[in-house]
Amino acid sequence: MTAEAEYAAVPINVAVNGINYDAVVEPRTLLVYFLREQLNLTGTHVGCDTSQCGACTVHLNGRAVKSCTVLAVQADGAEVKTVEGLADGDNFHPVQEGFREKHGLQCGYCTPGMIMTAVHLLETNPNPSDDEIKHALEGNLCRCTGYVNIVESIKWAAEKMRKG
Amino acid sequence: MFPASFAYVAARSVEEALELMVKHGEEGKLLAGGHSLIPAMKLRLQSPRTLIDLGTVPGLRGVRVDGDHLVIGALTVHTDVASSELVRKHLLGLADATSVIGDIQVRNRGTIGGSVAHADPAADLPVILTALNASFTVQSLSGSRSIAVDDFFTDFFTTAMNSDEILTEIHVPIPATGTGSAYAKLPHPASGYVVVSAGALIARQASGSCTAARVAIGGLGTGPLRAVATELELQGKPLTPQIIAAAAAKAAEETEPVEDSYAGVEYKCHVATVYARKAIEAAVERVKS
Ligand SMILES: Cc1cc2nc3c(=O)[nH]c(=O)nc-3n(C[C@H](O)[C@H](O)[C@H](O)COP(=O)(O)OP(=O)(O)OC[C@H]3O[C@@H](n4cnc5c(N)ncnc54)[C@H](O)[C@@H]3O)c2cc1C
Ligand code: FES
Ligand code: FES
Repeated sequence: MTAEAEYAAVPINVAVNGINYDAVVEPRTLLVYFLREQLNLTGTHVGCDTSQCGACTVHLNGRAVKSCTVLAVQADGAEVKTVEGLADGDNFHPVQEGFREKHGLQCGYCTPGMIMTAVHLLETNPNPSDDEIKHALEGNLCRCTGYVNIVESIKWAAEKMRKG
Repeated sequence: MFPASFAYVAARSVEEALELMVKHGEEGKLLAGGHSLIPAMKLRLQSPRTLIDLGTVPGLRGVRVDGDHLVIGALTVHTDVASSELVRKHLLGLADATSVIGDIQVRNRGTIGGSVAHADPAADLPVILTALNASFTVQSLSGSRSIAVDDFFTDFFTTAMNSDEILTEIHVPIPATGTGSAYAKLPHPASGYVVVSAGALIARQASGSCTAARVAIGGLGTGPLRAVATELELQGKPLTPQIIAAAAAKAAEETEPVEDSYAGVEYKCHVATVYARKAIEAAVERVKS
């Protein structure tokens, strides 16, 4: 058997930000590289590439996951949401707005992952305490901000979302 | 970082996965949540030629009651174990342990079966499942069998499962009224994995004395260890803070932990006594409520 046949590419169907994609991927393709390199959705970042930093966080069937630790083939049949899918036309998602209002970023590298985790948190807990926010961000590292403004940004967004 | 090339098969049933395991033998590997396997493959610590995905097998997820047991499907992710009404009602110690694994993203992907099968000596679930006296249903092409937790974790990253077996269910006895369970963990500050942890299941009579105790310690050996001396010390005694402290002080007896870059032997043994006390106290507290 040739190596090519042995490690045959696999067809997958994934809905990303509401758009359905039929694609063919090498089994070893990680979801984050599928998003960035095959779909050109470069908002999702690769930080550590070792499951630690959370820069690559996206939603898979509505849940925050580290896309550097998911194979693209594991997303077959699933819905994926990336940071590009949050805004409603020209209107930012409240969490995106919160990061702007409360200066929740400096270099911005960690921001897409932070935002995706925060959105997941607020979907499951609309009124989190500071401690709950910090606990929820355990899997997201930021080398710039010291986290204080990130927590403020998420609180700002939570309040805005509760007011509707 | 990429894993080395491999072939991927999405199994549609346990039988199909079992047949694929036989077909691929040593070169095949089961994939559950991938949160231990994929990092290891990216680092090329493991390079299976074929991945057999269990994530596509229906029927392996969820928590249900079966007689006097809770049955947890092997593919149930940590988040769903931690938030299960049944787990929160009957097995708070398991809810404790599953909610301190890694972080939200890890808990959204990692599975209870994957954690148990992986048998990492620094993992949380083996410890609490030992305290809760769980058993594991494993299936092969020739049938299924049940393995008691005390016989399951045989060595570092090694279990009593054979290479042609799949873990399908985790069975946990529903504790009788008057019983409480809890889990306490000292996480490594960088990795979040267990430095030392303790799980406890304590039954307490209305009179206040202990009628049954199972205490398990993580981080002191190649897998979870029963703190037998602690259990004996509690048996039949009133569960006062003094007696709990005296029993917990024996939690590291007859263990041979190894020093690592973060913690020395003496420190680990001391911390084990502290966390055993915390777990027992919390379990007793839950009996009252
Ligand atoms: C950043 C990070 C932090 C983590 N922190 C912690 C922590 O604090 N505490 C902790 O306990 N764990 C931690 N983990 C590990 C996590 O809990 C894993 O999800 C778990 O150990 C493995 O489960 P999985 O479903 O991902 O299994 P996989 O990675 O898919 O599989 C692991 C192994 O088990 C085998 N296997 C899987 N399922 C079965 C089955 N049903 N039958 C037979 N064999 C099977 C696979 O072949 C493989 O060898 C962490 C992981 C990451 C990435
Ligand atoms: S790039 Fe995925 S966790 Fe860091
Ligand atoms: S803003 Fe720079 S890493 Fe977070």
